[in-house]
Amino acid sequence: MYKYYKKYVPYLFLLPAAVILILFFFIPFFETIILSFFDYNSNIYAPQFVSLANYTSLLKSPVFYKVLLNTFIYLIVAVPFLVVIPLIIAIMINQKIRGITLYKIIIYLPVIVSIVVAAIAFKWLYAQQGILNYVMALFHIDALGWLTDPNIALYSVIIVTIWKGIGYYMMIYLSALMSVPKDLYEACDVDGANPITKHLTVTLPHLMPTIGLVTTISSISAMKVFVEIYVMTKGGPLDSSKTIVYYIYERAFENLDLGIASAASVILLIIVLALSVINFVFFENKQYQL
Amino acid sequence: MRNFKSISRGFFIHATLIFVSLLSVFPFIWLLSTALKGNSENIFQYPPVFFPQEPTWDNFKGVWNQIPFMLYFLNSMVVAGFTVLLNLILSALAAYPLARMDFKGKRVVFYATLATIMIPFQAIMLPVYLIVLKLHMVDSVNSVMGYLGLILPFAVNAFGIFLMRQAFLAIPREMEEAAFVDGCNVFQIWWKILIPMVKPTLAVLAIFTFIGSWGEFLWPSIVLTQKSLYTLPVGVNDLQGMFSANWRYIAAGSIIATIPILVFFIAMQRYFISGENDGAVKG
Repeated sequence: MYKYYKKYVPYLFLLPAAVILILFFFIPFFETIILSFFDYNSNIYAPQFVSLANYTSLLKSPVFYKVLLNTFIYLIVAVPFLVVIPLIIAIMINQKIRGITLYKIIIYLPVIVSIVVAAIAFKWLYAQQGILNYVMALFHIDALGWLTDPNIALYSVIIVTIWKGIGYYMMIYLSALMSVPKDLYEACDVDGANPITKHLTVTLPHLMPTIGLVTTISSISAMKVFVEIYVMTKGGPLDSSKTIVYYIYERAFENLDLGIASAASVILLIIVLALSVINFVFFENKQYQL
Repeated sequence: MRNFKSISRGFFIHATLIFVSLLSVFPFIWLLSTALKGNSENIFQYPPVFFPQEPTWDNFKGVWNQIPFMLYFLNSMVVAGFTVLLNLILSALAAYPLARMDFKGKRVVFYATLATIMIPFQAIMLPVYLIVLKLHMVDSVNSVMGYLGLILPFAVNAFGIFLMRQAFLAIPREMEEAAFVDGCNVFQIWWKILIPMVKPTLAVLAIFTFIGSWGEFLWPSIVLTQKSLYTLPVGVNDLQGMFSANWRYIAAGSIIATIPILVFFIAMQRYFISGENDGAVKG
């Protein structure tokens, strides 16, 4: 094939995007790492190089342990729900039933609506004299301090994340379901298999890559959760619902403790990088090949 | 017997899906119910009353008069609009050489772009903020700089570039060669031949970038200092502070702020629920 462009032309096309990516991705990436070796606490205008001191002080801090534990709980609790519930719903919607479009629209609705509005709506459901505690009372369960009890607040916030994510992952499953060969189902019908066996033997094996994809994507977004916490609990009570991004936000923009915030950011970076590498190597390796 | 089985199965599926649908909308419906209740009704009443006894628009009028929703809406439009425009242009520009041209350093560019997908914004937001400050792209300078600070960090991302690259890869090379023989230069080939052919992908990219930008909260809440530049999500969060105990107003304000994206979603629903936008649904 002959060349119809001059040597410098490819770079011209790349230039505008490169400027943005360098300015707002690569420089900040390296700056985060550099900042994490400096102490801004004593004097924000004269940072001191402290090598790994920020990391050691993070690892000694009980609050940071709490934060890591909360983040881990977030992931462990939210991800299974976000992998399984959307899958079941997608399989149900994928049957030839009436009202598919309407179901899809309604179940996708929480994805579209601003997370700020969703968090406010749930805060209202969770109110001490709110409707959720009323429903609990109907079942003779004592009222819960959904967002005020340190043992519960984190899980109340996780519920919002799950609620908001179901429609999103359902769509990913639905598009994967479209590629399951129909004749496999027909073979099952001939064998007289019941619907559950059918899905266990045909659908599930076929969807394994998608299940893996949803697992890694939902894990990554669980690591990055922020707005729900910011709007509903501000990380409280007693740090019980504080996760790593909220911690970084608080350190960086409220305490102006840039060094500690950056060290925590590097830890977040490492975890997300690891999850992303797993994702690319195993599940998304088609689209991103030269 | 078989017929009975399939009917009961259908019933089970519909019952489950209706239940999930109700769970999906209930928080909003309850918010709407609260927003429609007047001062004469106790919103904390036990048992809770689902249908407002004397529905009223008073809360909507009240919150509308105190909160400049139109301004927040326009700010959101400016930010989301320019973010979408820049994403379309920059992604389509960068994707073209990555899909079609040979050049020195292509591998490096390709993998560097891929690497940015793995960098979560939340982990680098502090230096991004410091850079935006250094470039004076903040609302304390003036509104234009404030808008720039909101828009430019999200002007392009690797998802968009790879999405457009896939679209270009699907076009037969003969199209470009024919255009070249006809005397088009490389920019004309891109603009006149290729761009019209990837319009469906551009539409998908536009819609998902718009949704993402419209709902963005973390970044605007970091950079914004002036209420005159608040976008809708920031304005809605602000309701909590302004009307701390007045849940009727908070509910009404949240509903008002949700209307634009709801209209957009209903109008564009086929893009969201067709299930064919595999590569575009994240970001």
